[in-house]
Amino acid sequence: MTLLHLAGVTRTVQLVDAPPLTILSGVDLDVAVGDRVSIVGRSGSGKSTLLNLLGLLDNPTTGVLEFDGRPVKSFSSAERDRVRGRDVGFIFQQFNLLQGRTALENVMTPLLYAQGKQFWQRARIATEMLDRVGLGHRLGAMPDKLSGGEQQRVAIARSLVRGPRLILADEPTGALDLETGADVMALLDEVATGSGAALITITHDPAIAALASRHLRLDHGVLTVTDSSVEPDAPQHQLVAVPA
Amino acid sequence: MNRLLSNVVGSFVEAWQELRIHKTRVMLSLIGVAVAVCAITTVVGLGAVAQQSIVEQNERSGGRSATLSLYVSTSDGSAVDADAMQDFWSTSLDRYGIDYASRVLYSTQTVQFTDGAVPVQVIGVDQPYGTMHRVTMSEGAWFTAGDAERLAPAVLINEIFYDRLGRPDLATHPTTTLLGGTPTTAVITGVYPVNTWETEPGMYLLMDTLTALTTPEQLASGGSIPNYELWVPPAISDDLTAALQRDAVGALGEGTQASASRQDYAAYAEDPFASIKLLVAGVAGLVLLLGALGLVNIALVTLKQRIREIGVRRSFGATAGRVFFSVMMESIVATVVAGVVGVIGAVLIVTNPTVQGFIGQGMVTDFPPFPVEAALLGLACATGVGALAGLLPALVAVRVKVIDAIRY
Repeated sequence: MTLLHLAGVTRTVQLVDAPPLTILSGVDLDVAVGDRVSIVGRSGSGKSTLLNLLGLLDNPTTGVLEFDGRPVKSFSSAERDRVRGRDVGFIFQQFNLLQGRTALENVMTPLLYAQGKQFWQRARIATEMLDRVGLGHRLGAMPDKLSGGEQQRVAIARSLVRGPRLILADEPTGALDLETGADVMALLDEVATGSGAALITITHDPAIAALASRHLRLDHGVLTVTDSSVEPDAPQHQLVAVPA
Repeated sequence: MNRLLSNVVGSFVEAWQELRIHKTRVMLSLIGVAVAVCAITTVVGLGAVAQQSIVEQNERSGGRSATLSLYVSTSDGSAVDADAMQDFWSTSLDRYGIDYASRVLYSTQTVQFTDGAVPVQVIGVDQPYGTMHRVTMSEGAWFTAGDAERLAPAVLINEIFYDRLGRPDLATHPTTTLLGGTPTTAVITGVYPVNTWETEPGMYLLMDTLTALTTPEQLASGGSIPNYELWVPPAISDDLTAALQRDAVGALGEGTQASASRQDYAAYAEDPFASIKLLVAGVAGLVLLLGALGLVNIALVTLKQRIREIGVRRSFGATAGRVFFSVMMESIVATVVAGVVGVIGAVLIVTNPTVQGFIGQGMVTDFPPFPVEAALLGLACATGVGALAGLLPALVAVRVKVIDAIRY
């Protein structure tokens, strides 16, 4: 089932006293539920802009962008925010945990924008999620008291707590050492597999990119398939942490 | 409904978290608001005390609102028949159910001091006059109903008179000799204060006492015609004015001229306190403006530090409206708390006896309770300042580009 569909997507920005700058050009991409996609590219290649589009934070200048079979342009601003909150989970390179809030409060944050059970039972749901990523014993810890790996695990718990169907990981191991990075990616893959969510990882690191089943490269705004070692319909391989 | 409820509750939770986490910054920024609200509420509260002081000063001279003054004379200048006038006066008070009324006569009586006989200004009044004109006593008490029965009449003297007597203890029932048509010994039962500009001794006597002391020559010259004062509800004052004039002419016969009018401060068409209110409002507004500017300043500076957090929240589904509402709520919740603190401070200041004494300058007998409108004004100002101070940062917050904010 196709979750994201991009066809001929371009994104240009208007500059003062200069011709428009094309950041993305003719991007075609289909992402289905359960996909593992990695996107590599140099700085300035348009990764952030693509991430904005995939995360429903921006509109393409031209082309088609559909989420769950619906053109994103047809969403109102509030509807887009709600879909993003419900169906998209972000994981950032710098973790972006909210300072001054405990691990539990951080994981509860996305649930503040939910309704019904998810909102009223947010403490219980967040506790279970932290337990699932192995941090059930650090509920009251502040971010500055957690190690880098623990912080990223909190961030993973936070991104998954509302059960998104799409996880966007922007350099998820960029601030971690190799071993911790592998641990975090193994956890991310495990949790994503458990929830059936699609995982799109944007990274500089070829080793992290290699963990995905579909490999894409973004170069000067053009997205190309570099390798697809695993057929889309084939079962996903299991990722395990590599001991040092 | 469920979405609305969870949105509102969620916004409060976010606002409270924000306040809790940044309590030092919040405390510092709110001190300015609390002080401003305290100042504006205090100024309004003390303004009420100052206004009451002026009201009471006015009421001491012109009487309380509404005090009617009735003066009766004859067209040929002859003396008004005192008995007929007294009958008319008593009948009128009964007819209209007036409880507070007094005859008032300004006269002079010679008083024997140790250094000689001195003419002293005397005001002849009836017992209700003290209440009608808020007469305060520095020692002793105003006339009582029983004073009319005294064999030796009661006299109330001013501080200058009292000084000239050597300030005897009133418990010893000091007396003074009034050298009228018939020299009379009067008992001093009270002493009233004087204004700073007064230099001469003065005294109050009950009207009947003064009449008894009046010489036949004074009676014949018409010098003993009193003014008649009535303290009535303002709503009926106009009708009663016309009725008294009509009744007086009817009761005293042709050739009688009766003039009745309001003499209290509230009879003036213009608000006598408009200038004071304007001044108070101006000062209070300026204080509040300074507090609000400080809050906006701090809110904008700290917002820059929160750009990333707002970006993160937006990425997790916070709508622009929700971010706007949350930032506004933080500001409003905080300033309302500061407003409550400020109002409590103002109540403590305004109801402090030392402060009241300083503002009232000893001229206020009925200190007004802390004005509720001042407290409401303070809270309204706090909420308004919070909304205004939150508006600018909230507008900035919703314009944040999410990915740029996250990478800020």
